[in-house]
Amino acid sequence: MNARDRRKFFAGVAFTSPWIVGLAVFTLYPVLASLFYSFCDYSILKSPVWIGLENYQQLFRDELFWKSLRNTLFYAALSVPLGTVVALSLAFLLHRQVRARGVFRTIFYLPSIVPMVASAMLWLWIFNGQYGLLNAALRPLLAPFGVTPPAWLADPTWAKPALIIMSLWGTGNAMVIYLAGLQNVPRELYEAAEIDGATGWRRFWHITLPMISPVIYFNVIMGLISALQIFTQAFIMSEAANGNGGGSDGNPGRSTLFYSIYLFSTAFYDLRMGYASAMAYVLFVVIALLTWLASRLARDHVNYQS
Amino acid sequence: MRLRAATIRFLLLALLGGVALLFVTPFVWMVATSLKPLEQTMALPPTWLPRSYHAPVGNDRLEVTQDFQLRQAGTLCRYTAGEKAGQQVFIPDAAADDGAAGDRQALHRVAAGWWHVTERVAGAEPRRAPRWDIVPAEEISSRIHFHWSNYSEALELLGGGTSEAAVAGGRPRLGFWVFAGNSLVVCLLGVLGTVLSNAVVAYGFARLQWRGRDAFFAVTLATLMVPFPVLMVPLYGVFRQLDWIGTLLPLWVPCFFGSAFNIFLLKQFFQTVPEELSEAARIDGCSEWRIFWRIILPLSKPVLIAAGVFHFLFAWNDFMGPLLYLTRKETFTLALALQSYESQIGGVQWHYLMAASAVTILPVVILFFFAQKHFIQGIATTGSKN
Repeated sequence: MNARDRRKFFAGVAFTSPWIVGLAVFTLYPVLASLFYSFCDYSILKSPVWIGLENYQQLFRDELFWKSLRNTLFYAALSVPLGTVVALSLAFLLHRQVRARGVFRTIFYLPSIVPMVASAMLWLWIFNGQYGLLNAALRPLLAPFGVTPPAWLADPTWAKPALIIMSLWGTGNAMVIYLAGLQNVPRELYEAAEIDGATGWRRFWHITLPMISPVIYFNVIMGLISALQIFTQAFIMSEAANGNGGGSDGNPGRSTLFYSIYLFSTAFYDLRMGYASAMAYVLFVVIALLTWLASRLARDHVNYQS
Repeated sequence: MRLRAATIRFLLLALLGGVALLFVTPFVWMVATSLKPLEQTMALPPTWLPRSYHAPVGNDRLEVTQDFQLRQAGTLCRYTAGEKAGQQVFIPDAAADDGAAGDRQALHRVAAGWWHVTERVAGAEPRRAPRWDIVPAEEISSRIHFHWSNYSEALELLGGGTSEAAVAGGRPRLGFWVFAGNSLVVCLLGVLGTVLSNAVVAYGFARLQWRGRDAFFAVTLATLMVPFPVLMVPLYGVFRQLDWIGTLLPLWVPCFFGSAFNIFLLKQFFQTVPEELSEAARIDGCSEWRIFWRIILPLSKPVLIAAGVFHFLFAWNDFMGPLLYLTRKETFTLALALQSYESQIGGVQWHYLMAASAVTILPVVILFFFAQKHFIQGIATTGSKN
């Protein structure tokens, strides 16, 4: 390096120095430390003791681990596609609707920025089996069939669907991204299609969808990653609807024992931090695998040409 | 053809309106509940408008709660002697001859189907026993009435438990404002740190040429993939070593050291500023710092505001961070205080819970309406730049 290059190098390092510290202390060290802990018996109160693969071996025999993984995958497998369909449909509707677009956009977007704690309280009340709004609406609808609505969060079968319904209320963020994507589709493409005589569905299928496929891909990946880490709403609502357990038991009947909740309680209630670190790394691998799978699928179906 | 287009437009509007109604209903339900007295939250079928009921109790006409309807006729009496002196009792006709009639003075007759009503006493913890009476339905009048006092009572209760406990402990009461203050400290310092640190770092990545830059940026982007649970345990250890557990520090200090996502966002924006501007300034002898401070920053206001607004939102809404690091009640943020209040009272006082939730949501809604443009643009760019 000559003097000029060296000066440039030091300027670059100086400007990025906060992040050099931040990356090292708050990301790189934790990533490596938890990899190390995942091979240790560690309780934070005493120094870690190396036990090799024992945590991982134990994990694969742990019924609660599999339960929490199944619960989480079930939640993600339903909430991500449903959320995508809802957000996309709303974006299409809004894209065609010119009048009062701003008002509608605000209405659909606001729920997605409400503090999760507050929306958990609100939905807890809506899902209340006895006095909740949802069952008040469902009761007369189901009565002719002799069916009574479920107790939602207090019913092992319906607790996860309740959380999925709640997640649909918060899809406004994705909708705004889709709307922006739709508005970026060049008008000339539609005009050309019109000249060629393509209308309606064919325009949608051959122009709109391919043109916004990168945006869909991005949203699905982000949605998947956050759905796999579902924590706050389940932590608060399962405890509140089923009595104490510190929110960590995943009641009723462990039906809302999600991966992050099991991990959190293993680490901070049972103080089995080594075991929890092994769980965290398994989650890391699951997320990486699913993202890789999605990118493989995307290669054939996502259009990056614009 | 024209008619068909109009029909389609109308159907679209109707569909949108219907879905919008579904999205708004939970908010309306929350506000409606927060303005009701407790017994009306549990009305079946549910009601939308909070009401107040007035009925004669003794000689006065008071605001009351309707408790239940009597099935049988009888007499309302007051004890005149004995340990129950002054108390009221309803004696059904079937049980009138129980031998204790001498101690009682009859107040008035009660017919079957009359309502038992109780005076509403102000405050979350009434200081005296409320009066009650039994009156015919037509004596009860009702009107729409918003119980705004729910809000002050809920905020008072948010501090935890009952006032007795606080008095017995002799400690000053923790109120809503303590929690709101904690939340504000975490949010504002976090926003300051986020905007400053990420702008400086992003400048280093976007506007300077230096060896190792691109590799470093690739590592930065790769860290976006790491899920938080992987970092959770060692991060807790770091903050424990620093003796920061139980303080607000872990929630805002890291913001001063940049974050991969914001670095990426700001870098994308800085790159759109024409390079000639920097070159001209360099020829004039400007230092890199001055170019950053005087040229790039003023031109980047929209994206800086977007990053700040999103951090405020994240910090205000964050639950897991406070749950991990805050151990003492006086350091709780509003989100954590709301959850802890809920788990104490255990989902009964829905009117207070909804009032407290509404207060927690309010700042976010206000922020949205002030910074609406930045919200929408910020989200749109994060989504389409990828």
